Amino acid sequence: MWKYFAPLVIFALLILMFIKGLDPERNVNALPSPFLGNPAPQFELPSLTDPSKTVSNADFGSGMTLVNVWATWCVGCRQEHDFLLQLAESDAVRLIGLNWRDNEGEALRWLQELGDPYVDSAYDGDGRTGINWGVYGAPETFLIDPDGIVLYKHLGPLNWALWQKHFVPHLEAAGKTQ
Amino acid sequence: MRFLLSILSSSLLVTTAYAVDNEEPLSDPALQARYEEIIDEVRCLKCQNTTIKDSNAFLAADLRREIRHMLEDGLSDEQIFDFLVERYGDFALYKPRASGKTLILWIGPALFLLGGAFVLVNIVRRRMALPIGDDSSDEG
Repeated sequence: MWKYFAPLVIFALLILMFIKGLDPERNVNALPSPFLGNPAPQFELPSLTDPSKTVSNADFGSGMTLVNVWATWCVGCRQEHDFLLQLAESDAVRLIGLNWRDNEGEALRWLQELGDPYVDSAYDGDGRTGINWGVYGAPETFLIDPDGIVLYKHLGPLNWALWQKHFVPHLEAAGKTQ
Repeated sequence: MRFLLSILSSSLLVTTAYAVDNEEPLSDPALQARYEEIIDEVRCLKCQNTTIKDSNAFLAADLRREIRHMLEDGLSDEQIFDFLVERYGDFALYKPRASGKTLILWIGPALFLLGGAFVLVNIVRRRMALPIGDDSSDEG
């Protein structure tokens, strides 16, 4: 009997595999971050806008924080910039930038010309903090809770649809437990 | 003619030698040897099917620099691999560690082999049970 059902079962398994594998929203380059559910790595870097100041984990504040890895050479960062400006206005999260492997002057000009969505941006010129955070391709965005735990990491440019789908559930869950 | 052919065909075996890593070798040859072994085991996360030894992505160069620093600081190979896995996950290593999550990678091929052997043995047994000279199919 199983001889007749086995191909059907295998076919069904293949279909499931294709549905998962060919999902247009699936980013094949996205890797699970080992930091999910764990404390965000410690860092301390000069501020991009005022090098006499530093940006560190102490700047995360008492609410939800978004750490956004960006650079002027990064096309995806340009794509998500308008979204980030709108998000900054909505006050849903505290937005900290990590300017990764960039040129300081060009980064400052980018913020002047396009607007600065960030509370502050840390300047990571040699990329060491990026490595400590497991960054491998900007833009990357980490959602961090008030205890400094990484709740979610997104690879690639953000928009409102992705925000609603991947970040809002975490924000709502946190709102309920508080 | 044969000589010409052998030269032509051997030219097919030639590949370009890449020297992506143009940093000064480490002062200690033993460290340099370990360094070269390690960077051949680490995946470039930016261009996921090359090692950081073969990639010229800046992330690969940064990772090579970090590994050189760690070797000079006297870290063991194991500690260096730990550093990478803690930040980038098991995928960073070409030879993933045996753990709950990577178990399927290690035992998967054996499972496929066992499954194939099971099917083969079944078919052979059924055919052996057929009377000799009966060529009809064993499909029931």
